[in-house]
Amino acid sequence: MHPFLAMQREMTRRHLLQHSAAGIGMAAVGSLLARDGYAANSNSSSAALPGLPHFAPKAKRVIYLLMSGAPSQLDLFENKPMVHKMRGNELPSSVQMGQRLTTMTASQAQKRLLPPIAPVRQRGQSGAWVTDMLPHVASIADELCFIKSMHTEAINHAPAMTMLLTGAEQPGRPSTGAWLSYGLGSENDDLPTFCVMTSRDREGSCGQLFFDYYWGSGFLPTKYQGVKFRSEGGDPVLYLTNPPGIDGSLRRELLDDLNRLNQIKLEATGDPEISTRISQYEMAYRMQTSVPDLVDLSTEPQHVLDLYGKDVTRPGSFARNCLLARRLAERGVRFIQLLHSGWDQHQNLPTQLKEQCFDTDQPSAALVQDLRQRGLLDETLVVWGGEFGRTVFCQGDIDNKTRHGRDHHPRCFTIWMAGGGIKPGMTYGETDDFSYNVARDPVHIHDLQATVLHLLGINHEELTYRYQGRRFRLTDIAGKVVSPILV
Amino acid sequence: MPMVQTNFAFTQYALVSAILLLIFVREGQADPAPPPLDFQKQIRSILSDNCYHCHGPDEKTRAADLRLDVKDAAFTTADGRTIIAPGKPDESELIKRILSTDPEEQMPPPKSGRKLSSAQIELLRNWVSQGAVWKDHWAFVPPVSPTLPAEAFDPRVSNPIDAFVLARLNLEKISPSRTAPREKLIRRLTLDLNGLPPTLHEIDDYLADSSADAADRVIDRLMASPRYGEQMAVPWLDAARYADTNGYQNDGTRTMWPWRDWLINALNANIPFDRFTKLQLAGDLLPEASPDELVATGFHRNHMLNGEGGRIAEESRVEYCVDRVDTTSTVWLGLTMGCSRCHDHKYDPFTQKDYYSLYGYFNNIEEVGSVDRGGNANPVIKMPTPEQNARRDEIQKQIASLEEQLRQEPDLSEPARLEWEKSLKLKVEESGLKPRWKPLVPNQVESKGAAETQTLADFSVFVTGANPEKDSYRITAPIETSSITALRVEAIPHPDFTNGGFARSDSGNFVLTNIKIVLHPPKGEPIPLKIASAVADFEQGGHPVRQAFDDQSETGWAVYSDDMKTERQAVFTFDQPANVEPGTTIEITLEHQSRHKFHNLGRFRLSVTSESQPSLPDNDIPDYVVEAVGIPAVQRSTQLTSALNDYFKESATKRPDIRRTLDQAKKDLSSLEEAMTETMVLKDREKPRETYVLIRGQYDNPDKSQLLEPRVPTSLGQLPSDAPKNRLSLVHWLTDAKNPLTARVAVNRWWQQFFGLGLVRTTEDFGSQGELPSHQELLDWLAVELPVSGWDVKGIHRLIVSSNTYQQDSKVSKELVDRDPENRLLTRGPRYRMGSLALRDQAIDLAGLYVDVMGGPGVNPYQPANIWTDFSLGKIKYEQDKGASLYRRSIYTFWRRSVGPSMFFDTSTRQFCTVRPQRTNTPLQALTMLNDTTFVEAARIFAERILKESSPEPEACLRMGFRLATARTPKPEELDILLSRLGRAQAHFQANEDKAKELLAVGDHPADPSIPPAELAAYAVVMNVIMNLDEVVTKE
Repeated sequence: MHPFLAMQREMTRRHLLQHSAAGIGMAAVGSLLARDGYAANSNSSSAALPGLPHFAPKAKRVIYLLMSGAPSQLDLFENKPMVHKMRGNELPSSVQMGQRLTTMTASQAQKRLLPPIAPVRQRGQSGAWVTDMLPHVASIADELCFIKSMHTEAINHAPAMTMLLTGAEQPGRPSTGAWLSYGLGSENDDLPTFCVMTSRDREGSCGQLFFDYYWGSGFLPTKYQGVKFRSEGGDPVLYLTNPPGIDGSLRRELLDDLNRLNQIKLEATGDPEISTRISQYEMAYRMQTSVPDLVDLSTEPQHVLDLYGKDVTRPGSFARNCLLARRLAERGVRFIQLLHSGWDQHQNLPTQLKEQCFDTDQPSAALVQDLRQRGLLDETLVVWGGEFGRTVFCQGDIDNKTRHGRDHHPRCFTIWMAGGGIKPGMTYGETDDFSYNVARDPVHIHDLQATVLHLLGINHEELTYRYQGRRFRLTDIAGKVVSPILV
Repeated sequence: MPMVQTNFAFTQYALVSAILLLIFVREGQADPAPPPLDFQKQIRSILSDNCYHCHGPDEKTRAADLRLDVKDAAFTTADGRTIIAPGKPDESELIKRILSTDPEEQMPPPKSGRKLSSAQIELLRNWVSQGAVWKDHWAFVPPVSPTLPAEAFDPRVSNPIDAFVLARLNLEKISPSRTAPREKLIRRLTLDLNGLPPTLHEIDDYLADSSADAADRVIDRLMASPRYGEQMAVPWLDAARYADTNGYQNDGTRTMWPWRDWLINALNANIPFDRFTKLQLAGDLLPEASPDELVATGFHRNHMLNGEGGRIAEESRVEYCVDRVDTTSTVWLGLTMGCSRCHDHKYDPFTQKDYYSLYGYFNNIEEVGSVDRGGNANPVIKMPTPEQNARRDEIQKQIASLEEQLRQEPDLSEPARLEWEKSLKLKVEESGLKPRWKPLVPNQVESKGAAETQTLADFSVFVTGANPEKDSYRITAPIETSSITALRVEAIPHPDFTNGGFARSDSGNFVLTNIKIVLHPPKGEPIPLKIASAVADFEQGGHPVRQAFDDQSETGWAVYSDDMKTERQAVFTFDQPANVEPGTTIEITLEHQSRHKFHNLGRFRLSVTSESQPSLPDNDIPDYVVEAVGIPAVQRSTQLTSALNDYFKESATKRPDIRRTLDQAKKDLSSLEEAMTETMVLKDREKPRETYVLIRGQYDNPDKSQLLEPRVPTSLGQLPSDAPKNRLSLVHWLTDAKNPLTARVAVNRWWQQFFGLGLVRTTEDFGSQGELPSHQELLDWLAVELPVSGWDVKGIHRLIVSSNTYQQDSKVSKELVDRDPENRLLTRGPRYRMGSLALRDQAIDLAGLYVDVMGGPGVNPYQPANIWTDFSLGKIKYEQDKGASLYRRSIYTFWRRSVGPSMFFDTSTRQFCTVRPQRTNTPLQALTMLNDTTFVEAARIFAERILKESSPEPEACLRMGFRLATARTPKPEELDILLSRLGRAQAHFQANEDKAKELLAVGDHPADPSIPPAELAAYAVVMNVIMNLDEVVTKE
């Protein structure tokens, strides 16, 4: 029993009545009726942080096409005659240098070199190397900037994805889109400022899961988290649709009543949070119209649908998500994150990679072209790439094409960028003869993040949030802007 | 005893307060010079933010060998330069350098990006002028109970909390708010202490109670309710990163709900906080720890587990230990130790060595880093149900008794033998057993490989001597029956053989590759017998018995298994019965020509039968024994007599009957244990792992130059040198009354639970970068009270909710909102939106749907059908529960870490320790509350409830609904809005009855058919409005 309990009770008994009788006055709250007096609460999500952007942005928004599972840079974008010449030979140990491997191949006795499964050729004026498996991307190579020297530390998917999205391997930090919502606010009152869509390869062949925290707000307030547009039937945004039996006009009337009652409460209580609540219910109502409008593709002309390919009519397809991404961009959504899984070809490289390329090639290229045709490309940054690369050596039996592939490889991989402030028709960075280590101009994940923020007018070192006594930022304690690729 | 202590304490307070009052009065008359600058509040944060990065605790980034976080260092003089010269700013290097404009000299250096404002420079200068009074960081100095301020006697003070709060308000010249109206107060108390709204009955009782301690009685009732433990568990689940799946790839399901059950019970039982700590961090190290004490240690197994393919297990294991260090520091110490994983802390006095020394306490768990026990990871313990426990006791008793019987000396005396024979005979007669198989008594046994053989009393042939790689036995024996139809081969284990099995091979196994049978009549040609079929009671995979008589000479019958000590037998049936002339002998060749070496049967018995349908015998008693007891002793052959004697000795010494029962009992026990729930616990390895600093925090980069011993951070204290280096010592240090942090951090978290914000707003960081407490004396007073009270958690909660501070009205004026928007001064009662778990509980409770069942595995209430499909690429499907499980409290909702329950918002992700709840206000929350099945169904059942429970007039119904949801009666203008809506909704649904029916079909709970659909639907939409009122979603 608490020793103060008895005393406290004693005092309560003695003082309760006195307290009430004392009639401590409270200022009349009648003067608090003004409606907008409190709306400027920090809960409003539309405002940018003071001082942001730090300088004139080159891009207003980002569409990130995240190829989850790790596309093979060697098969898609690398020209490595040495690998062809040495096909089947052991990877020289001078190249591997004892760097760690996953437990899937660490104990594999041989690390035999496997050349690309399809020809990789130079394209366009710029002469960028692109595989025959990506003809559409190849055809717009002069629009793109390829970074061949990406690298990261993680060798497993979840930590690498977490690194790419949040700047740290362990979950807990805000995703890039959340940082941008926090820093730059919203350009649109009817849609969330950070939208996410996912898709998967047709066969569902790989095991990568898309965790909520990939688009989470970490330690930032949850209002900055990404809103995931759902593809597998049901509401495009959770709980968006009125329940059966309540139509839009009834909902409007009910909300009017709710607002009126909340207004009475606001007047009586004086808590500005009530006025924020009223405005959030209103935005919910607007989303009930704006989201269905967004996902309704009936207004798209046939030639646009054709641009994205046949798959565009299939809900949940990468093609459809690319088209939706363009529509979100048009509506001023700040960060559009697409995640597409299925690039994890450990054992089915010769068979599956083609499928994967086929599903993603045309839509990715279409998105860039569509944005350009609409004059949006200049202000929209498009990024295409995975969380790491794949090994030059074969995982499994090099002589058994139906059962082999490549393992995870963090030491180098290729991404491409286009639009908003990026030099088109450029290739940056280089790997060694085996596409194993970076040979020139390395770009770390944190450098990529710093560059993306830079294009949006943000100094990555200054977009910080204080948590647990420390100022955190997306790029942790590193990151340099990759200036040579900027316009 | 508490009574006496209390009175004494109170008297002390009264005295001290009186003295204080005098001091206050005197000080009030003193010279009105500007108050001295407070190092803690005004100076340290400037130094910390701008200087400690290079002049702080981190050795590696320290510049010029200068520290400004330690008093002695900051006041040193070297090379004729004094860093801080008290009273002499112009002689202080610190001031000179911050004033300098020379980029080489200027501090902070321009390239650091840090810059002091002119106000900050002025503050530093003034502080040095005033004498540079230095104080150690408040939170690292143990709290001392402050004397109560003079306000202790103010009539508005109900307990010491109020005195401290009022003292501050008096300084600020603000009056506290009046006590909240009773309706508001009982709703606040009920939501805070039990997580559900008060019933009308409870509200009425309280309103009618005119006694002075009416509120105390409400508090007593609420604290005694089991709902209290469920409510208090919610923040602890966030802190403990509790979830029902592992997170990461595959997101497998684990079993940690027994720990959650333990937690709720512990909170209800008001286990003292020091013991609560000890059980969770080190329950396994207590002498003879009970299952409950072990389950409690699940606290530190709640972290995520990574079972991703290709994952290096050690890397995961290191992450788990790191998680435990970070969680322990956050929850008990309010420290951000995580910073020191990769380098010395930049702001607080913790080195990387401190970090890994603390890590050492958690580095010794008997775990490997993989998910190696179903969805769980070892170590685990079993959690039997009471029934399973009873059954286990029963079996264990049986096993003990059987083993005891086996231990008894056999009685081999003649009377015992006769007694045995008598009962055996009786048993044979009762069961109607007949001897069907007749053992062959060999004349001769030849081993081709020159092994020696002997025929034992039980007619078995035992092989010794040479052990050839392959062998062939030729056995001849007389036959006494007139016909034979089949041959039986019994393989009999012997302790001399490998594994106590059947042969002198590497495994004890044999391979019988071929059998030849030839009859030798006294006259005429030998007659070979052809085997047509065979059956065995056990066949090893790939070695069926038919291979013992096929064309293949190398393949054969074998019996390898876990159990090599059970006799095996096979029956070989001939293509036709063979007539046997008297005097015939049988010649049997057993071949062992397998490629497995030494796989020769070591002991076997052959017997024949004349039954027309030969089959495997299923009796426990050998046929020759059955035959023997059927013959009077005097008429038995000597062979049979000797065989029976032998069987008696064998039975009396080896007790095969008891052994069989024992084997069965052991099998039952193991399958019973297999079926028991398992949960993860802490358990230390016998041989401790070595702990080193991990360079840059990397698992594969230990600094082997120095082996670390587990210890607590040096700057915070020290354990006695003879204290064991284990988690128990850590707990003793944490819960020592002299620990500066544990009690402060705990009471602050509880304060936050009731007021929305802690007295230290940065609940997770009491270090130098954390915020200073708004009321340090109040915090310290509570922190001293906690251990003094015997770590009485309910006691502290009671103190808080009984204070007038807590019981104030939450109305606020515009002036006050502007002046103190977050209510840091505590001028009013708490008012903030309830957590989303509580919102769902409230909705279900208002509807009267709430199912009051405590504990057990997580349940799956309404969520969109494909909620898990999307994230898992179709691999994991959400299977919604039916019936009562839909209406359990939110705390029992199955928590998938990768996709948290969709109806909960602003929750912790349960991926890592979280001690400060999120509270945001977004349109997605509005959508959930308006449209989610849970809330829509609750609204329509709520409507049904009031239509049934209220008097029928619409006004009365709405009044009741409003009052249930808010605890108060609606104002006329509020009622008008609701009534008018009801009327229009009735008209709307009468005109659109199909819409009404659609609405009433939302959710599994059927609508009451006796209420007209339009009527019910109209009430349902009005209830949906009421349930979305700001006042209803808010605790105020």
